[in-house]
Amino acid sequence: MQIRTPEFKESARIALHDVGLQKALGNVKNGFPGKRAAAMARLPEFDALRDQARDVKNHVIAHLDLYLEQFEAKVLENGGHVHWCRTSEDARQTILKICREQNARTVTKGKSMVTEEINLNEFLEQNGIQPIETDLGEYIIQLRGEHPSHIIAPAIHLNLEDVADTFHAHHHTPRSVDPKVLMQEARERLREKFAAADVGITGANFLVAETGSSIIVTNEGNGDLTQILPNTHIVVTSIEKVVPTLEDMTLFLRLLARSATGQECSVYNTLSTGGRRPGDQDGPENFHVVLVDNGRSDMVGNDFQDMLRCIRCAACMNHCPVYGAVGGHSYGWVYPGPMGSVLTPQMIGIEQGALLPNASTFCGKCESVCPVHIPLPKLMRHWREKEFEKHLTPRTARWGLGGWAFMARRPALYRKFSALSNAALRLMAGKKGYIRKIPMVGAWTDWRDMPAPSGKTFMQQWQEKQRSGH
Amino acid sequence: MSKAEILGNIRRGLGGKITDEARATVKNRIQAHAPNLIPARGQLPAAERLALFINMARESAAELIELNDLADLPAALDQHMQSLGITELIMAQDKCLTSLDWSPLQNKQTTQRVSQVGDLASLTTAFLGIAETGTLMLYSRAESPTTLNFLPDTHYVVLRREDIVGVYEDAWNQLREETGGQMPRTVNLITGPSRSADIEQTLQMGAHGPRQLVIYLI
Ligand code: SF4
Repeated sequence: MQIRTPEFKESARIALHDVGLQKALGNVKNGFPGKRAAAMARLPEFDALRDQARDVKNHVIAHLDLYLEQFEAKVLENGGHVHWCRTSEDARQTILKICREQNARTVTKGKSMVTEEINLNEFLEQNGIQPIETDLGEYIIQLRGEHPSHIIAPAIHLNLEDVADTFHAHHHTPRSVDPKVLMQEARERLREKFAAADVGITGANFLVAETGSSIIVTNEGNGDLTQILPNTHIVVTSIEKVVPTLEDMTLFLRLLARSATGQECSVYNTLSTGGRRPGDQDGPENFHVVLVDNGRSDMVGNDFQDMLRCIRCAACMNHCPVYGAVGGHSYGWVYPGPMGSVLTPQMIGIEQGALLPNASTFCGKCESVCPVHIPLPKLMRHWREKEFEKHLTPRTARWGLGGWAFMARRPALYRKFSALSNAALRLMAGKKGYIRKIPMVGAWTDWRDMPAPSGKTFMQQWQEKQRSGH
Repeated sequence: MSKAEILGNIRRGLGGKITDEARATVKNRIQAHAPNLIPARGQLPAAERLALFINMARESAAELIELNDLADLPAALDQHMQSLGITELIMAQDKCLTSLDWSPLQNKQTTQRVSQVGDLASLTTAFLGIAETGTLMLYSRAESPTTLNFLPDTHYVVLRREDIVGVYEDAWNQLREETGGQMPRTVNLITGPSRSADIEQTLQMGAHGPRQLVIYLI
């Protein structure tokens, strides 16, 4: 997928004026947060589970090498294969090799963000293998030549009318705006593809070290049809997904669906362990796990280690005012919203990803809903610091910050200056009490008016209060 | 090569060498597979556990039919299949099902095989029910092929009341016991029929898996 992150500002501006997108984004704001809150209210232990989940993840990260080795040993014991891939290119080549061994012409796919991350579909197509997305949302956007705009609801940027047009154009059926009819069309078309595919590729929500199992959490059942019908099942996943035991996996399952869609439980939680056993009459013969690193092992021990706890529930973006305003595509790469603003610079480099950690109001909502307590605002601030250190921050901002730092270290001067600017701002505002334009911060005042400071500075008020004995 | 690099990188981040202590910690945690916090909701006496399972399964849009005896199943199925206009029932060579007297099925037949595209209905047993979320646990083996759980439009499942556990932790322990600690190729946790909200976040039932999940509680 082409990286368009450096164009964030322009993309966001266009998104804000896109009437259809704004309507669709309403479905995020009006749907997910309320459902999550209701699910939370039904489980009194929810917060205690979050604390435990954070601790278990921290324990896993502190022993990540050992749990991964244990997971691999168990997969091998069950007749499966594990492929360790440092980069996207390693992962693509590995998957292609497995597909070639199977003489694969078509590959069905369950929903997987890691395959987006490694740009798998385009690569398979270039190599003469047709990837077929089978999750309804993914299927819709594949027909449209788009990428997911949300990590669990990939087509959330579209309205019913868009889907109707897309199916009408690709299925050559009468145009229908009945979601039931549309879903039925997709169901029928994909049925034959499931059966005809040579290889099925899914992601994994968790990997269980105890048993060598991978688990997918879905509602449609497409992931299951993807993995049980072809002769070969490839799980494409990443190294931070490992958990110690089935009991630990259960802890995360209790949090995942509730945080994501507000469901008590997703419809299909499916564990896969190795290939077909003696006596089995169906299921894949071959079972491969492709473990993708792609910069994650670099995060162990660095400022962004906490991000490795992420279970990809999407709660942070569902509650984010920035995501809610500009949508997922504006972020310009695979992972949008607050979690994307932290992960993207790590994966594509801060030089290209610098705008994302700045696209935050720092309202803190993301951290407050994260099931594993990832301090997302703090991590975004770390990126801002790195950006500053690398001299990537625009010059005006650097001057401003430099000037502020100079003053902040000289309290007397700071007080004088802030009293003076107070007066100046009041003068600029005139009688209305609002300032329409401030030089150099047009990006802010173009869209809103700034209220003029109405009284004295904090220090002035403090001293007066102290004097009057309050 | 990649494996050594990835593990080396992780170890560097963790501050160097693997200690025996760390190895022991990991080994013990896996061996103990101790439960984490278990929500109170599922920890109930048998009668309330059963009631919770029924409520949660119905909430997940599964149809739940209570029968007194397994022998009543063929007649109950005949009725249900009749209402849907289904004439063929695919099932596995599961003795507890194949040994039933199927003569109550009128103008309908049972076929023993794995499922194929186009099948309208399947019948399986469930290994367990989990009351906490109204979930069925099934696992793959000769008498329980996984395709039966996903391809047909309607999935009929037989669950015995005594096989309902309260929480997932109980289910994992029973599975370990049943399979001698050897994980089956596939373990399915199924809660209600297939659905999707991918079009405008409006829930539609019957995406790719069964449109209907009918549980016969025996
Ligand atoms: S950062 Fe937290 S809230 Fe966001 S997707 Fe990851 S786990 Fe969910």
